[in-house]
Amino acid sequence: MPVSLRILIAKPGLDGHDRGAKVVVRSLRDAGFEVIYTGIRQTPEMIARTAIQEGVRAVGLSLLSGAHLTLFPRVVELLRKGGMKDVLVFGGGVIPDEDIPVLKKKGIDEVFGPGTPTDMIVGYLRERLGPNAGK
Amino acid sequence: MPGSRRARELIEGVVARDLLSVSRALSLVTDEGEGHEALVAGLFRRQGRAHKIGLCGPPGSGKSSLVNRLISGLRKTGERVGVLAVDPSSPYSGGAFLGDRLRFQEHATDEGVFIRSLASRGMMGGLNATIYGAVHVLEATGADRILIETVGTGQDEVDIADVADTVVYVTAPYGGDEFQAMKAGVMEVADLFGVNKADLPDAGKAVAALREALSLGPQERRGWIPKVLGVSALKGQGMEEFLLALDEHRAHLRGGPEGRARSARQVRRELSLLISRRVYRDAVGRIEGRHIEMLLDRETDPVTLGKKLIRGRP
Repeated sequence: MPVSLRILIAKPGLDGHDRGAKVVVRSLRDAGFEVIYTGIRQTPEMIARTAIQEGVRAVGLSLLSGAHLTLFPRVVELLRKGGMKDVLVFGGGVIPDEDIPVLKKKGIDEVFGPGTPTDMIVGYLRERLGPNAGK
Repeated sequence: MPGSRRARELIEGVVARDLLSVSRALSLVTDEGEGHEALVAGLFRRQGRAHKIGLCGPPGSGKSSLVNRLISGLRKTGERVGVLAVDPSSPYSGGAFLGDRLRFQEHATDEGVFIRSLASRGMMGGLNATIYGAVHVLEATGADRILIETVGTGQDEVDIADVADTVVYVTAPYGGDEFQAMKAGVMEVADLFGVNKADLPDAGKAVAALREALSLGPQERRGWIPKVLGVSALKGQGMEEFLLALDEHRAHLRGGPEGRARSARQVRRELSLLISRRVYRDAVGRIEGRHIEMLLDRETDPVTLGKKLIRGRP
């Protein structure tokens, strides 16, 4: 029996709006992933350490406050420093289009904006982590 | 054997409390990946003296919030804490939302705390065979206490008593009257009852109902009288008494025969779960198409064939 893949969904920074993150948690759960959610107002250090302790294959960061250019790359940096060389980092929230290439250069593999169908995120994770991911 | 070499390296990392090694070891045992048996075998022999505390009780009673407060209290005296938090897997998708951890995220960066969320993955009674492996990993890190939060399944969650040294049943006001508390099952295995949300009105009534139910028969079980304490994980009230009660129970276990008796129960259960898993996997793996044909043609029966398959390939 294949083992369900573990994903961390995290909310870095000070914004308290997490309905989007919860929708993603729910859709990944329903797609067969084991999802851990940090809750709001997390520091990059908390997120990275959580990802390491939980042994996740991917970390999804959600942010609506505008601090993504600072916080997302910091999480990637801490993850790599902690030895998680292969962990996939993706992001979502209110991210201006022109910031996406900047984030991608800094190790954020993909960015999903408002209105992204949840199937697309599931499909993306399966493509990146293996076709049976979460199944 | 690459499996045992990898296991040896992992064990060294776990003992040195290397975060990534501890995490990988936990994944290996819970996913039953290649080399997990060598890992468990190696870890078992270097067990420390961790006090394993199991927390069970209905969903929403505040087990995770109480764990959060317990971690804070235990860290004040410098104890190392490991946490295993189990939440249910979906019987439909196989997925899970592991939502206990977010209650204790304030301890995420504490070097003396290691938290791992686990999906139940078909565990019965809130637990399965792999939980023992996970406990062994955390024990090898030198944890003084291991908190095991079960799935909040409720009434017949007695399996926790085969894993933990001290069983805590967490409940809350309006969780039922004394008749609820008179029922068999989990009420019989708890060493300590935490009536959480004691900041709510009627908390006193809930504590009294539980005490009343417990007082209807012999209260002492092998030298220990289960305690009923009101606590508020939200406000932090009653936590000192609660921590004290945990220490008292640990002292009771270590100072008399009950400690060894419980350990014996734990290793016996771990052994039998391992055997049944192994035997099941091997025997089921021997089933061939021709065996099914034999059954369909009524040439044999499941009892006879099953016995043969357990012994080897018929």
